[in-house]
Parts: sequence; C-alpha cells; structure tokens
Amino acid sequence: MTYQVDDRGYYGEFGGAFIPEMLHANVENLKKRYVEIIYEADFQKEFDNLLKDYVGRPTPLYLAKRLSALYGGKIYLKREDLNHTGAHKINNTIGQILLAQRLGKKRIIAETGAGQHGVATATVCALMGVECIVYMGQVDIGRQAPNVARMRMLGAEVRPAMSGSRTLKDATNEAIRDWINNPEDTHYIIGSVVGPHPYPDMVARFQSVISEEMKWQLKEKEGREQPDYVVACVGGGSNAAGAFYHYLDDERVKLVSVEAAGLGVDSGESAATSVLGTKGIIHGSRTLLMQTEDGQIIEPYSISAGLDYPGIGPQHAHLIESGRAQVYSATDKEALTAAMELSRIEGIIPALETSHALAILDQMKLKEEDIVIVNLSGRGDKDLATYIDHLDELT
Amino acid sequence: MKNRIINLFDSKGGDVLNVYFTAGHPELNDTAKIITALDSQGVDLVEIGMPYSDPMADGETIQNSSQKALKNGMTLSLLMEQITTLRKSSDIPIIIMGYYNQMMQYGEERFLQEASEAGVDGLIIPDLPMDVYAKQYKNLFEKYNITMSFLITPETSDHRIRMADELSTGFLYVVSKSSITGSSSTISDRQKAYFNHINSLDLKTPRLIGFGIHDKATYDTACEYAQGAIIGSAFIRALEAEGGLEEKIGKFIGRVRS
Repeated sequence: MTYQVDDRGYYGEFGGAFIPEMLHANVENLKKRYVEIIYEADFQKEFDNLLKDYVGRPTPLYLAKRLSALYGGKIYLKREDLNHTGAHKINNTIGQILLAQRLGKKRIIAETGAGQHGVATATVCALMGVECIVYMGQVDIGRQAPNVARMRMLGAEVRPAMSGSRTLKDATNEAIRDWINNPEDTHYIIGSVVGPHPYPDMVARFQSVISEEMKWQLKEKEGREQPDYVVACVGGGSNAAGAFYHYLDDERVKLVSVEAAGLGVDSGESAATSVLGTKGIIHGSRTLLMQTEDGQIIEPYSISAGLDYPGIGPQHAHLIESGRAQVYSATDKEALTAAMELSRIEGIIPALETSHALAILDQMKLKEEDIVIVNLSGRGDKDLATYIDHLDELT
Repeated sequence: MKNRIINLFDSKGGDVLNVYFTAGHPELNDTAKIITALDSQGVDLVEIGMPYSDPMADGETIQNSSQKALKNGMTLSLLMEQITTLRKSSDIPIIIMGYYNQMMQYGEERFLQEASEAGVDGLIIPDLPMDVYAKQYKNLFEKYNITMSFLITPETSDHRIRMADELSTGFLYVVSKSSITGSSSTISDRQKAYFNHINSLDLKTPRLIGFGIHDKATYDTACEYAQGAIIGSAFIRALEAEGGLEEKIGKFIGRVRS
C-alpha cells in the first residue's frame, strides 16, 4: 500500500478535485506544473535559503527530559514553534509564494481561522512585495484581534467572511469565490493539506522539511533515523503531514494523529472529524467530514481555532482508514492542562493546537525504550488571552 | 415518456427562459407556488436550487437564500415531495441544481430514482467533474431519463468544451464570465467574442447562457448568442421584495420578456 498521492490525485479513495468548471483551468495548471517547478534547482535553492536565513531552519529537535521522566520513554520535541511567525505554517507559504511568482501571479489570496496562516501569508507577501488579501470569518476576526492587527501591519487586507457560520470553512469558501472571480492574476495559498488536488500533496511537500530534518537530527542524537512514534495534532493536518512525510512507508514508525474533542467527542461540541465524520466532499476534496444526513456541513467546535475544521486532509483520512495512523483525541480541558504542564516543566508555552498533541502522552503508555517525537507545531503567544482566562483554574 | 427538456429544445430553437430559485425560500412551502406562477408566465424551464451549507460557486444572493431555506427546514426528501405534488398540475420542465455532496449523501442511485419518479427532468451538479460523471454516473442518468448539463466558462479550453458538449444532454450551461453567480453589469464585447467563439465550434447541444443575466437587456443579448438564458440571483432578489408571490413573479418576468 502507498500512502502518497497517486497519479490521479487520490490517496486510496480520498482526494481528487471536485471543483466547479470556473476553477478548472487554474487547478489544472497547478497540477501540471507544481512538481516540475518545485524541484527546479533554482527554486530549491531559493526555498532552502529562505527557510534557513529568513525562517530560521533547521528547527531544533530537543530532548524534553522532564517531560520524558513524567510519561516514560524519550520524548523529543520538534521545535516548529521557533520558526519565524511562530508556527510551521510559514514552511508552506514560503514555498507557495515562490511557486506563485513562477506561475506569473501578481495577487495572493488566503483563508485563515485563528490567523496563523493569514499571518504567514501576509509575511511572505510583504517579503516579496505582492498584494495580499486574507479572508477570515467575521466571528474569528472578533476572537483573534492580535493576529488581525499583525496581518494589517504586514500590509495585508483582511476581508471578513460574512457567509455561513462566519468561521474558517466560510473563509475558505470566500477565498475560493475570489479565485473564481479573479482567475487570471491570482494564486490561492491554501494553508493546510486540504482542498482539491494538487493542494494536499503540494502543501505536504512544503511541510515535509519537518520530517526531513527529524531524520538526520535523530540520527545524530540516537544513531537512528526512525523514532517509535511521531505525534502531531490534526485539524486540516498540515503539521502532521509534514512530520509524517518521510516516515509514511517505514512501518516501524507509528504515526499518531490527535484531534480536538472539544467538550468531549460525544458532547455535540467537538471537532473529532475522524470519529464524527463520514465520507463526503468538502472544499473540492473527497474525505471524512462532519455533516448531516442531507450532506449539510456541520460547524465543529474546539477551544483551538486551528483545529475546528469540519474536514480533515484526504491523506489523513486515508492514513486513518487504512490503520497506518492511530487517532487519539483530547478535550479542551486536557489541552489546557497539557499547555500548563509543558510551560511549567520545560519552559515552553505551546500553542493550543499543539497542546492537544501533548495531552495524549499519558494515554500512550510509553515504555522506557520508546523514542517519541512530538511535533511542537506552534508557540502559545497567540493563545495568551485564552490561557489567561483559564489561569486560575489551572494553577 | 420523452424527457421534457429534450422536448423543449426539439420544439423551441430560441428565446428559452430558464429561471432559477432556491427551494424552501422565501418560505418553506413556496416551491410549488413559485413554479406554478413561472409556468403561467410562460417561462420555459425552471431550475430549483437544493439549498447547501457551502455553495462554493454561488454569490451572496444565493448563499443567503440557501441559508434561509435551510433554516426554514428544507431537505431533499421534502423537495422530492413538493415536486411530486406539483407534477399533478404542471408539466413544465424541471431541473435540480445542487452540489455533489448532497447527491452523494442521499445515495446517488436513490437520488436519481426518486428525482425521476417525482418528475425531475435534469440535473446540474457544478462540482461533479466530467470524468467522474462519465465513468460512474452516465449510465444511471440514462437509466432514469435525467439530463445532465455541464458548465463551460471563458477559461474552458476548446478540448473541454467539446467534452462538455459530448457529455451534456438537454443543454450546455454557458457561464457568461469568470465569476460567481449574482453579478449585474452589461455584457461586454469580450463576452460577446467568447459567445461567438462557442457558436463557431459547431456543437451538438443547445446552449443557455447564465451568470449575470438579470434584466431585459442582458436576457436579450444572451438570446442573440444562444438558445436562451438562465436568470437566478436577480429573480431571487425580486422574490425577496414586498408583495404577493404571483404579482412579484408576473412583474419580473414581464419586465425581462417585454
């Protein structure tokens, strides 16, 4: 079995490109050219240089000794939180802005939920001097004021998505509609491994630098490239896709995906897509998604704005359905507790999304000899307001 | 029984008016009333939108009407019932427009069978790719005597236009410009050149022009370059105005076809 995309744009039965004709020319052009462009020597050189000098890669692989003592095994943290702009998101936006330039596109659009991808997109557009429009649900604009301000400071225009539930999925719809209206000069930088083919694969390739570094870094520290476990949180799933990428075909490495359970998987207020979702189509991709019997998409809930997406990347749907990845879920409360714990024992304040991945370490029942890498996808600065709200109950 | 859409285009070569509205909007049970009124106004074809939570290709007007319809409690089963009842008194050709996920969750064959039994003549599923249709669904559509209309846009290559022409039954949906639904401006020379280009391709399927057709001027222009036109958002906006349904519909159609 293969876990990478096939030549039709599918991962097993998931993926594909279910898009209206209005998007066909652009998506087809991308599909034809993305692989060729991103493996050009000139592209690779520019991409690598920017990741090194601008983003600050490689990010450290850090052995968290006190965390390991608590849960057993040797737990390494892949410090994506130390990237410029505070999360893994910028790996993808750097790649896509370079691609957009080579496609001759002059205008960039993006969607954002919590604002991390919006900030990462606004950042690379500022860097390249390109017009940038970020769609963000009106509800999220209210919840994420600091990131809205960051995007504006970086010169991006933040347009409120007023349709539907006015959150991430609606921002994505609005970005797609913008692309339909502006097919000639615009490139759409999707922020996760979702959307029509080739987006899930393209974004995964840009994020694959995470596991590429893990391999040589772990080799230096442990004398072997493969850990026993790689753990990552999954909303759409881009940080997990990057952390899993180079281990997909190495069955010795167990892949662990952590979803947001919200108030509890069965509470009616959850974002645990793989448990609550059924097969269907969202944003042009066949995958698992939360929907009614009539196929209406359900708005999920999580305390973390980066995990409350009603779908999941098609590759993740395939990894889960095939049993290659194991899924756990963590509630809001478990995530908050894990965030507090990592802050106290390692001096690292993680993003709320990442805290979900940390929260399931005790459920894993690690053995002393196990080597675990947790992808520390982002830092917690953006979540301070939420942490402050819960500080008293957690300390 | 011969398909009503095929019949229509066999008997009428031009000035075909197709009017779109969202099922369950403005009120849940307006579907039959709206179709009856359109029928009595001489509209040739009605296109019923199945309200969807995430209508990717639609502009604000249709998004809002869809949300309102869903709030009103509109479902696919109810739509099938409404059409079944309507069919006792109206023979107007009916198309259902919706998104692939809706058909998929209902069960594709069940959907086609029930639609056919209810008296639906054709479907438009904008996010169902042509190759998937050809491979998985073409035979089923034929089995249940339901036509399929694919969309072409100014960005569509000639090769794909021919594919859409080959696969479409009933009519080909010519999207007038690169946009979502609901824009309202005049038809430009660039658009006319695009319509002329399509007409030069010697296609087998009749064509209706849609997106941005909103008044008499745009309707007339569309009819010059194709067999007819589709009006959607402008009609929905007319339905949202004050007044009785029949009166509003009569006035709107009267203006477009005066």
